Amino acid sequence: MENALLEIKGLKKAYGEHVVLDGIDLSVNKGEVVVVIGPSGCGKSTLLRCVNALEDIQGGEVLLDGEPVRRDGKDISRMRQKIGMVFQSYDLFPHKTVLENILLAPTKVQKRPRAEAEKEALALLDRVGLAGRKDDYPRQLSGGQKQRVAIVRALIMHPEILLLDEITAALDPEMVHEVLQVVLGLAKSGSTMLIVTHEMAFARAIADRILFLEGGRIVEESREPKAFFERPATDRARQFLRTFEY
Amino acid sequence: MDFEAMREYLPLFWQALGLTLRIGWQGVLLAFGLGTLCAVVLHLRLPLLRQFTAAYIELFRNTPLLVQLFFLYFALPKIGIRMRPAFCGVLGLGLLGGAYMAETIRSGLESIAPIQSESAWSLGMTRLQAFRYVILPQAVTRSVPGLLANVIFLLKETSVFSTISLMDLMFTAKDLIGMYAKTMECLTLLVVFYLIMLLPVSALGSLVERRLRHAEFGP
Amino acid sequence: MQSLGLDVLFKGKNLIRLLGGLWVAVRISLFSVTISIALGLVLGVLATGRSRAFKAVFRVYLEIVRIMPQMVLLFVVYFGTTRVFGWDLSAEVSAVIVFSFWGAAEMGDLVRGALVSIPRIQYESAEALGLSDGQVYRYVILPQTVRRLIPLSINLITRMIKTTNLVIMIGMVEVLKVAQQIIEANRRSSPNAAFGLFAVVLLLYFAICWPISRLAGYLEKRWA
Repeated sequence: MENALLEIKGLKKAYGEHVVLDGIDLSVNKGEVVVVIGPSGCGKSTLLRCVNALEDIQGGEVLLDGEPVRRDGKDISRMRQKIGMVFQSYDLFPHKTVLENILLAPTKVQKRPRAEAEKEALALLDRVGLAGRKDDYPRQLSGGQKQRVAIVRALIMHPEILLLDEITAALDPEMVHEVLQVVLGLAKSGSTMLIVTHEMAFARAIADRILFLEGGRIVEESREPKAFFERPATDRARQFLRTFEY
Repeated sequence: MDFEAMREYLPLFWQALGLTLRIGWQGVLLAFGLGTLCAVVLHLRLPLLRQFTAAYIELFRNTPLLVQLFFLYFALPKIGIRMRPAFCGVLGLGLLGGAYMAETIRSGLESIAPIQSESAWSLGMTRLQAFRYVILPQAVTRSVPGLLANVIFLLKETSVFSTISLMDLMFTAKDLIGMYAKTMECLTLLVVFYLIMLLPVSALGSLVERRLRHAEFGP
Repeated sequence: MQSLGLDVLFKGKNLIRLLGGLWVAVRISLFSVTISIALGLVLGVLATGRSRAFKAVFRVYLEIVRIMPQMVLLFVVYFGTTRVFGWDLSAEVSAVIVFSFWGAAEMGDLVRGALVSIPRIQYESAEALGLSDGQVYRYVILPQTVRRLIPLSINLITRMIKTTNLVIMIGMVEVLKVAQQIIEANRRSSPNAAFGLFAVVLLLYFAICWPISRLAGYLEKRWA
C-alpha cells in the first residue's frame, strides 16, 4: 500500500447531542480523486470542513503528510496552506479585484514577490479562460466566473490537496459545465482532490473512488464508479441514486 | 434686524466656530479610535476586556452628554482629577462617541458573512491576517454612512460645551444676547453657523450612502 | 478621607428633590414622545404617498432636524418667539414644542422606513389572494410595520429622556440644577459633595434609560 497523502481516522463531529460524523475512516492517495455523495444533511460538507479544521471535532484525527491538522494547532496556518478549499457560495472578497483576490494569500501569507505571483496568477486565469477579467470586481462576474476565480485563488497556493464543497450547487445550470470543465482539467493533470457534489454524471466521470455517506457514516465505498452507479451494492445507495431518476 | 451689529459679532462667531470644530474633530477622532478598538474587542470576544467594554458602552449610551460632562468637569476634581475645559470637552465627546461608533462598527463587522473569514483561513491566513485584510476593510466600508451620521450627532452635541465654560457657538450667542439683547441677530448667526458646520458633513453623508447603495465595491 | 457627598444626598429632602428634578425631564419626554408618535405616524404615511411636494417639504424638515442641535432650536423657540411674536412661552411649553418638532420628524422617518421596507411582493401576493386594499393593510402590512416600529419608538423615548435635560439652559430647574443647588447649599459642611451628587445623577439616568433600551433591543431581536 502506498503512503496516503490525507488520512482521516475515526473522525467524530457532533453539535451537542446531534451526531453529524460518526467515526469516519478515509485515506486519499496522491493524485487520487475521491468523490463524496449522499443525501442532504448526511455530513458530507461537514467532513470537508473538518479536514480543513474549520470545525471543532469531538474525536479522531486528520493527518496530512502524517502531520495532524488541528484547529487549535500552532501551525494551522501552515497546514491550511497545503489544503486548498472552494466553497459552495461564491466567497470571493468583494472589496478586491479578481487579481487582488488571487494575490492576497501568496503575497501576505507566503510572502512571495508580487511580480512572480502575478505572473503565475495571470497564467492560471488564462487557463480557466478569465485572463481578460483580472481587474474586474467580483460583483461584475457571473456565478460560474466567480467559482473559476475561487479555484485559481486556491490553486496559486500550490495546495497538496484540493477540497471542493458543492461548488456548482448555487450556479445556474448553464454555468455548471464551465466550472466542471476546469475541475476535469485539474484531475487530468494529476491534482489530488476530495470532492463533494450533487452532479452524478460529473461524479461518475471524474472519480477514482466514490464514497456514499449517510447518517454520518460511510455506507458504501467503490473504486469503480461506473459499476457503483449501475449496480450499487447497498440498498441505501440504490434508494439514493433512484431519487435522481424521474 | 440690525445688520451692523451682526457684522460686529461676526468675528466672535468665527472664533467660536473654530473652537467648536477643533474640539469637535478631536473628539470625533478619539471616538473613532475608541470605537474601533471596542468593536474589535467585542467582535473577537476577548475575555474580560469584552465585559469591561460592554459596560462602558452601555453606561455612555444610556446617559446624556451633559451629565457626563458635569461628572468629568465638576465631580472628578473632588477626587483629585482635574482637567482643562477643552480637554474635558474632547474626552467627553470621545467617550460618548466611542460608545456609539463601537456599535456602528460592530454591526458592520457582524454583517460580513462568516464564509469570508473561513475562506481567508482556508488560504492559510491567521485570524489576525483574515481580520485585517478581509473583514475589517469590508466592515469599515459598510459602516461609513453610520459613522458619518455619528459624526453629525457628535458635532451637534458640542452645543452643550458652553455649560463647562467653553466659548463655543452656543456660549457666544448666549453671552451676546445677555450683553446686548440683540436676540434675533444672535439667534440668526447661531443657526447660520451651525449650518456652515454641519451641512457639508450631511451632504457628504448622503453622497456616500447613495454610492454605497448602488455599488457595493468597484466602479 | 472626606465625605464624597452621599451623606448630603440622604440629608433632609435632598433625594426627593433630586428625583423631582428627574421627573421634570421624564415628564417633558413623555409629553413630547406622545405628540411625536401621533404626528410621526401621519407624516410617515403621507411621506410614502404620491405627493411630491409633501415629500420635498418633509425632506427639508428632516434635514433641519437632523443638523440643528436641539439646544439651538430651544433657544430659537424660547427666546425668538418672545422677540418676534411677543409670545411669552413658558420654558416647559417651549421644550415640549422643540422636542416634539424633533421627535415627529424622527418618528415620521421611522414610519416611512418601516413602510417602504415591506417588500412589494407582500402587497402583490395579498392582492392576488383577493384581499381589498384595506384588508391588505389591516392584515398584512400593518402587523409587520408595527413590529418594526415598536422597538424603534421605545428607543425614541430614551433618546428623548437623554435630550430633555437641555432645558437647564433655558432656566428650568431639572435634576442637574437641583444637584447644583444642593451642592451649593452644603458647600461648607461637605465641600466634595459634587462628586457624589453628579455620580448619582449619572446613575439615575442610567437606571432609567438602560432598562428601556434593553427592552427595545429585546423586542427588536424577538420580532426581527
